[in-house]
Amino acid sequence: MKNLKIKMVVFTLFVVAIILVAADHIDAPAVEGTSADITDFYCFEGSSSSNLVFVASVQGLLSPTATSSATFDENVLIEFNIDNDGDNVEDLVIQAIPRDGKMYVFGPAAPRTTGLASVVLIDATETSVDITKYGESAEIGEENSIKVFAGPRDDPFFMDFAQYGAIIGGTATGFNDPGADTFAGSNVMSIVVEVPKNLLGSGASINTWVEAKRL
Amino acid sequence: MNNLKYLLLLTATITLTIMSCKKDETTPVTFAGVYNQVDQMGRPAINTVFIPGNMKDEYNTTIPSAQGAKYASVIQDGLTTLSPAYSQPGDENALGLDAATFASVLATDVLTVNLSGPTTFYDGTNVLTGRNLTDDVITVELLLIFGGENFMENPNLSDDHVDANDKTFLTSFPYLAAPF
Repeated sequence: MKNLKIKMVVFTLFVVAIILVAADHIDAPAVEGTSADITDFYCFEGSSSSNLVFVASVQGLLSPTATSSATFDENVLIEFNIDNDGDNVEDLVIQAIPRDGKMYVFGPAAPRTTGLASVVLIDATETSVDITKYGESAEIGEENSIKVFAGPRDDPFFMDFAQYGAIIGGTATGFNDPGADTFAGSNVMSIVVEVPKNLLGSGASINTWVEAKRL
Repeated sequence: MNNLKYLLLLTATITLTIMSCKKDETTPVTFAGVYNQVDQMGRPAINTVFIPGNMKDEYNTTIPSAQGAKYASVIQDGLTTLSPAYSQPGDENALGLDAATFASVLATDVLTVNLSGPTTFYDGTNVLTGRNLTDDVITVELLLIFGGENFMENPNLSDDHVDANDKTFLTSFPYLAAPF
């Protein structure tokens, strides 16, 4: 009986801790702080209006010191998914996977199967780049009109996330003016891929999202 | 005899050189295996704000075409309990979306991106045509959640007053600024 009570108390504390941590961080318990933790996703027209740019960031809130030793995980595939016929199922993917200091990008190409499991499309168009080291200027890989970058960047996200937490937690009734960017001074590991729009579909728009997948 | 020795030495040198070159060939890079999903994202902050802690991991492993059925009502509940601008039945936001409709838009977590024309989360004219680096997506989302029909309803909740990144973005590839 005593053992069961202790186990219940421990279990409750564990659950509360997960909720607190989940409220405090950007993502979910299974991925937060890991090498597969997606922090952000952007998709926008490139400096050339013929191209579209995909940006995925992983491993957020990196201090400069932490950035100097941050690496991409070779067991983690970052996959941009593109639906170009409006059914929210991917018709094309762009896959980024690191190997030995290089980022390999495959696609845009049709996935073998859609959904939660992926294999790397080694027969698709391949573009690669040396992963930029902390402190060096950006390495850019370019082939077949596709450009690729992978490495540490200033976190492009900005928000007073701390004040949002205080509002949700009931210790504040509103935002401050001016606010304080919780992400100021912090870095992320980013993958940037720029592709010609004509490789993505012939309609007026696409639906797109990014996935992190583990071997 | 000297010629033979010389020839043997030359052959040995050439053989050793060929062998060294073969050793220097990089071993082929392999990408074998099946990768299984652990995280996913379409629009900013949706999982963080609307999905309860005990559902976040499942949300990250639900394909977008299945997310609407699973999460629209949980997001609708979030809107009506979280936002004073959605506390009354029939309340709408500035896009004319009531809680149920807005929730069904948000539940399928994908980013719609125009293939011609401006790509922006919201620039005053274009709505949800992409997401670029300078878009203040958080204030846009706060306005749509808390701002009510005319963007003015809960001013202390509708803008976090952080409207730009800490570094200027680059005008060309890779666009993101160098790290600190």
